Amino acid sequence: MAETKFSKDHEWVRLEGDAATIGITDHAQNALGDVVFVDLPEVGRVVAAGEACAVVESVKAASDVYAPIAGRIVEVNHALAEAPNLINSAPTGEGWFFRIEPSVHAEFESLMDEAGYARFVESMA
Amino acid sequence: MTETLRETPLAELHRALGGRMVPFAGYAMPVQYPAGIMAEHLHCRARAALFDVSHMGQAELVGTEAAVALETLTPADVLGLKPNRQRYALLTNEDGGILDDFMVANLPTPEGGERLFLVVNAGNKDADFDRIAAHLPPGLRLLRREDRALLALQGPEAVAAISEHAPGVSALGFMGIVETTLFGVHAIISRSGYTGEDGVEISVPGERAEEVARALLKLDGVLPAGLGSRDSLRLEAGLCLHGNDIDATTSAAEAGLLWSVGKRRRMAWDFPGAARLRDELAQGPRRRRVGLRPEGRQPARAHSIIQTIDGTPVGEVTSGGFGPSANAPIAMGYVAPDYAADGTALEILVRGKALPCRVAAMPFIPHRYAR
Repeated sequence: MAETKFSKDHEWVRLEGDAATIGITDHAQNALGDVVFVDLPEVGRVVAAGEACAVVESVKAASDVYAPIAGRIVEVNHALAEAPNLINSAPTGEGWFFRIEPSVHAEFESLMDEAGYARFVESMA
Repeated sequence: MTETLRETPLAELHRALGGRMVPFAGYAMPVQYPAGIMAEHLHCRARAALFDVSHMGQAELVGTEAAVALETLTPADVLGLKPNRQRYALLTNEDGGILDDFMVANLPTPEGGERLFLVVNAGNKDADFDRIAAHLPPGLRLLRREDRALLALQGPEAVAAISEHAPGVSALGFMGIVETTLFGVHAIISRSGYTGEDGVEISVPGERAEEVARALLKLDGVLPAGLGSRDSLRLEAGLCLHGNDIDATTSAAEAGLLWSVGKRRRMAWDFPGAARLRDELAQGPRRRRVGLRPEGRQPARAHSIIQTIDGTPVGEVTSGGFGPSANAPIAMGYVAPDYAADGTALEILVRGKALPCRVAAMPFIPHRYAR
């Protein structure tokens, strides 16, 4: 069964089998505003945890998206090129960014669960 | 350490409307409301949007020969400004740089005395007004109007929406200005704005501003809009933002703002920085402000390097983003004169990658000002 965890950079990570799907949270898309462009990483790129590997551009500004866990990028969401607004309308579904094959499984376990992320967002307000 | 932000008289209304407040020029201002920048932008082009621009500086220059005095600080033709007319002007320094851009209106007092009404940028208002006050001959007074709020109602339905509530407004031409009432509240209303659309800017007493704004928001077709859409609207309209697109180092010739330099002033060369402008008119400026259209969907932001397709740097982006009405990324910036012709193929460096673009005519979206 898939399990979803959250990073302090407002990404969600859903581990299903060998790969983790990554996107930004509803809180993050709301803070960004209307997304107009996404720059996604190359498939095959090996990333460290915390490494900037995608950029999301709203009308107003550009923001980095970080790899919440280390691993290899195995797939990116090409639908975002045509419809970047999926990030606003379905941030935790069709608006996913990329999939990572984790190199260190323990990293996933160290991320926040849903309740922990809710408390984290609350503490930022 | 946090700096205390000032608030406009509409701060409570912004919060009630769900405005997302951000620091801007020392003020807490709404960057957007729940509708979002895109929707607010498109609504302004389709109907009418209400902006709070009370952070801007308002002042009156009162007394005989006010226009003569102001002309010592600006290359604009202020003397030639007819009563109840407003004009865009630059405040220049001795080096020909642009200290600020502002609006000046000839608005005689109710008794018929000479009075100029000034609106300057929020971030420069203290410096501007200090500079003006320091250059006044005896008998002239600069009266800062911190007691007044400023609202902008912009869009094709803006004037129709308020005409029955503000006597004299529908008769105004573009850049006309009238001292009147709006919903019975004293108001100075000019047919002008910063969006490329028809519309008005409305100066009202601060203590009545919320009541006026709430009444405006009840009108059919009017929605609130924040500074985010104000910026995307002005960029599509090809209008400069002081501090980004023009500053103390850029000249009117470089910025393509020579139209704001009066013809008479260009004969007399009697304003700060005239020597530089005269040289630039004779020899051409060393850089020019241009519009840029990046290929594809990726926006190029301010401070990105502009280079030739061979990789030689030739300029810098000063404003850039995504134009909701253009439905494409748009930018403006300065390039060396050889690369300023419309259609010139260039590249913008975005995060280390060369993004192809072309020099494009501005405005990106045609102006729809009243005739």
